[in-house]
Amino acid sequence: MNAVFKILKKYRLECFMAPFFKLLEACFDLFVPIVVKSIIDIGIKNSDTSYIVYGCLILIMLGVIGLSCAIVAQYFAAKAAIGTSTGLRRELFSHLGRLSYTEADKLGRASMITRMTSDINQVQTGVNMTLRLFLRSPIIVFGALIMACVITPMSLPTFSIVIAVLAAIVFTIILAGIPLYRRVQSRLDSVTRSVRENLSGVRVIRAFNKEEGEISEFMEKNNAHTDIQNFTGKITALMNPLTYVTVNLGIIAVVYLSSFEIDSGNMTQGDLFALYNYMSQILVELVKLANTVFTITKAVACGKRVQAVLDTPSGVKISESTKDIDENAPAVEFSGVGLTYHGAGAPTLEGISLSAKKGSTIGIIGGTGSGKTSLVNMIPRFYDATEGCVKVFGKNVNEYDPEELREKIGIVPQKAVLFKGTIRSNLLWGKANATDEELWAALEIAQAAEFVRAKEGGLDATVEQLGRNFSGGQRQRLTVARAILRRAPIIILDDSASALDFATEAKLRQALRSLDYNPTVFIISQRTSSIAHADNIIVLDGGEAVGTGTHAELLEPCEVYREIYNSQFKGGDAQ
Amino acid sequence: MKKNANSLPTVKKVLKYLAKYRILFAISLVLAVIIVGFTLYIPILVGEAIDLAIGKGNVDFEQIFAILIKIGIISGITALLQWIMNVCNNRITFGIVRRLRRDAFKKIQELPLSYIDSNPIGDTISRVIGDVDQFTDGLLMGFSQLFTGVLTILGTLAFMLSINLSITLVVVVVTPLSLFVAAFIAKSTHSLFKKQSETRAEQTALIDEMIGEHKTVVAFSHEDEAAAEFDEINARLQKCSQKAVFYSSLTNPCTRFVNNLVYAGVALVGALISVSSGGAALTVGALTSLLNYANQYTKPFNEISGVITELQNALTCAGRVFELIDAPSEIPDAPDAHVLQNADVDGRVCIEDVEFSYSPDRELIKDFNLSIENGQRVAIVGPTGCGKTTVINLLMRFYGVDSGKIEVSGIETRDITRSSLRRSFGMVLQDTWLKNATIRDNIAMGKPDATDEEIVAAAKSAHAHSFIRQLPKGYDTVLGEDGGALSQGQKQLLCIARVLLCLPPMLILDEATSSIDTRTEMKIQDAFAKMMQGRTSFIVAHRLSTIKEADVILVMNNGRIIEKGDHRELLDRGGFYAELWNSQFES
Repeated sequence: MNAVFKILKKYRLECFMAPFFKLLEACFDLFVPIVVKSIIDIGIKNSDTSYIVYGCLILIMLGVIGLSCAIVAQYFAAKAAIGTSTGLRRELFSHLGRLSYTEADKLGRASMITRMTSDINQVQTGVNMTLRLFLRSPIIVFGALIMACVITPMSLPTFSIVIAVLAAIVFTIILAGIPLYRRVQSRLDSVTRSVRENLSGVRVIRAFNKEEGEISEFMEKNNAHTDIQNFTGKITALMNPLTYVTVNLGIIAVVYLSSFEIDSGNMTQGDLFALYNYMSQILVELVKLANTVFTITKAVACGKRVQAVLDTPSGVKISESTKDIDENAPAVEFSGVGLTYHGAGAPTLEGISLSAKKGSTIGIIGGTGSGKTSLVNMIPRFYDATEGCVKVFGKNVNEYDPEELREKIGIVPQKAVLFKGTIRSNLLWGKANATDEELWAALEIAQAAEFVRAKEGGLDATVEQLGRNFSGGQRQRLTVARAILRRAPIIILDDSASALDFATEAKLRQALRSLDYNPTVFIISQRTSSIAHADNIIVLDGGEAVGTGTHAELLEPCEVYREIYNSQFKGGDAQ
Repeated sequence: MKKNANSLPTVKKVLKYLAKYRILFAISLVLAVIIVGFTLYIPILVGEAIDLAIGKGNVDFEQIFAILIKIGIISGITALLQWIMNVCNNRITFGIVRRLRRDAFKKIQELPLSYIDSNPIGDTISRVIGDVDQFTDGLLMGFSQLFTGVLTILGTLAFMLSINLSITLVVVVVTPLSLFVAAFIAKSTHSLFKKQSETRAEQTALIDEMIGEHKTVVAFSHEDEAAAEFDEINARLQKCSQKAVFYSSLTNPCTRFVNNLVYAGVALVGALISVSSGGAALTVGALTSLLNYANQYTKPFNEISGVITELQNALTCAGRVFELIDAPSEIPDAPDAHVLQNADVDGRVCIEDVEFSYSPDRELIKDFNLSIENGQRVAIVGPTGCGKTTVINLLMRFYGVDSGKIEVSGIETRDITRSSLRRSFGMVLQDTWLKNATIRDNIAMGKPDATDEEIVAAAKSAHAHSFIRQLPKGYDTVLGEDGGALSQGQKQLLCIARVLLCLPPMLILDEATSSIDTRTEMKIQDAFAKMMQGRTSFIVAHRLSTIKEADVILVMNNGRIIEKGDHRELLDRGGFYAELWNSQFES
């Protein structure tokens, strides 16, 4: 919640003004019964018409003042609340942008988006409600108590007891309700999960004739949800009746006690009227307070979740630089590198050593889960090696400024992602000031020029969110173009041609090799054909390098490599 | 309630659901009448009590006590009835929610695949979950609020009239002002809220992209540009949100002000009447009751004005829910449809002149003819979107053919019950779907009565046993939503084990090994070979090595079979297939 308070500090004036004017409004509300009391006790009793008219004019004036105060208060409350959510969103967004891959993995995409949207909206409502109501209600409740005591001190015990009992009822039910609502929610979640599962798995469910079974399973979950809803409903439905009875008992006590006071001349009818009114006011305000508390608890929970994200360190620490970039050193060098992901029991990579000469092509091959992507992700420092060190041009990657390091690397991730905008705007991610010629050159190399040319608008053709209006293969080629555009000395292709047919992939490889500035290229693939020509091939199996060398060098001695090769080429004699 | 032409059928359907709860509903209505009556009666009693305590030495204790006891009893009864009414309302609400969800879920099981494929999953979920909740909350809560609100207004008017006519007139004349003010504010803030939600949607889309694809953003050091774009939208959002929130928050103070005016008016007229008649026309106690009413009179009005928008919203939600529940189901099997016994399946599949397309304006499959003998292996290859998966959709009758026919064992599939037809195929899809249940349950999906030994044996031949054993709870590990922590390849192995266990007479393998590395794939080839032995199988793959052994290779492009033959024949022909095959060796 620190972040919320930090931002609220900027709205110090608003945070003071809003409750202050609410307080004024509440005070004027409390005067109303007193004024009416005087009308009864003086105006009516003495048949003083002008006194009555005065009294009513005062009532209207109180209303006008109350309204003006309220408007001022609402204005400041809205300003502070919206300001808070705006600031919080901004801070969270830039924080999320700075998170390391490890931290981002831990949070997960869905939860990051919920934090940014609905959680922050809840905080906004919470701040608004707190400023508007949280102070008003206690003021009215205790103000009513004080006013009642001013009228007659004997009302202190009755009013105190009623307030205490009401508060006890309201808060007990709310506190009992919160965990119950949570259970209702979790059972609803399981109902939702069931629906989602049945929609996404419809083919399998029908193929296995599981419709009936799924229905009965769903009914069970659905009924469980209804049961807990009914139970929760029974408890929360107690709130209104119980508070109603309490206040009426309070009124009975007030009338009863007052009747003696009036009989002995210590109180007037008007006094009784005022007491009766204060009692009713207390009930209304306590119920409002209860609802506010409910909103605020939710907001606090959301605020805490946002804070938890803000508190995760962004993970990238830059060590003291000990060495300068050496253009003649190997482009990438791994020495004894190991990687264990956060929370994982076993290392994903162990004892990896390799050296990629400037301008060479390195192939990385291995089965699913053998650690290929993890290996290259350490080069741009998406993940930090937990053992050993990774050097780029002779300098340890954690001594680089991350931006400077990533400038040197053009990476094409496994999942080809484009962003809403145009082809041009997407490509410019790679190099912000690229000219049209540069763009087309990159597209040519990526084997994408042909289909971009065919698109209406060419470079300015629209790209929908996540590039949905392009096929998988087209997306892959555009992401390759985006990476090439940087003319980065190191290019990493992480299985980036998997959706391309063999012919196109071969052309792409050819084009990459002919790049004039001679970059170092890392190619990850499952296909031996994609990496066979590489200067150096690293064969990964279960996180370890089980073979290094050229295609010819590996084929004989490396069993894993041979197996992979054979699995794809056995019967290649058919040519 | 707004009953225009569109909402009328929806209202009728809602009433049908409500009819099941008509007794509870009737009880609830009767209770509401009693509760409102009693609640309004209490201020009158208090007023009477006040009138009995006029001043020093002028207090009628006996009668006051009698009234107080009456108040106690009535408020006790009211509270009890209130609770019962709430519980009744809850029962009705939650019961209808339950029924709606059940019906919607049953419908999901009956919907044609074309509906499910063409509607985003999120949309259907929001109908079953969010819309159902909003509808019941809005409609039933809204209705009970509306009902008690109207009763309260009528009751108050009646009680006020019984006390004094002119004061009642004051209230009746001034109160609509409050409604007017509330409506005015709602109308003028509507466009502000609309702009707010548009800006919010714009921002969410940006968040979705930039946060969702965080890795790409980081890889290109695009954080600052993203933040700048975000800030720009954020600033616009701040501006319009602030206006929307501020103006809409004026509703309460404004209606409260109108209420204060009513209050002052009642006090003035009441006091003057009392003075001019010397207390005969209006006692202090009666004035107290009237002021009490005046204080609460505008409240139901404010609530009702909110309820009406809520009801409209609820009806829209109900409409969306019924759109799903009343969507046409798959045409049911004919009553005399064949029940295909797996033992009788002879493995012949015959496709004749089949035509099919997903949408009438884009033709896909045309002149599709194919005749397959028992035990043949049919491979389907071709570029993305050429109709490979569509063939499977037709074989399984997930979609019906537009014209032509498909025969299995000499019987037209249209004349076979869907469930028995599907039972005769074993299917492994590229899209590996697993249930949120244990690994054991997932493997045994096609054969729920399988023994543990059979399950383990199936897992072993799918090469899944070793990784299952390494999981903390082995075969009893509960998989999270959509397979949870398993890798894509592991999920695919489980799907293969699932089919290996029940082994139907025909097989469909749609990119069944696409996520498995080639080494593991080689290893499970044995299992596959054994599985396909003597079984008609359809294989879709883009790894050509997988399909080389097939008896018939169909090369598809644009929904048509452009080449047909075995591997060697097709290579010799030197056409599309040969080009595909050779390109994998170029480097």
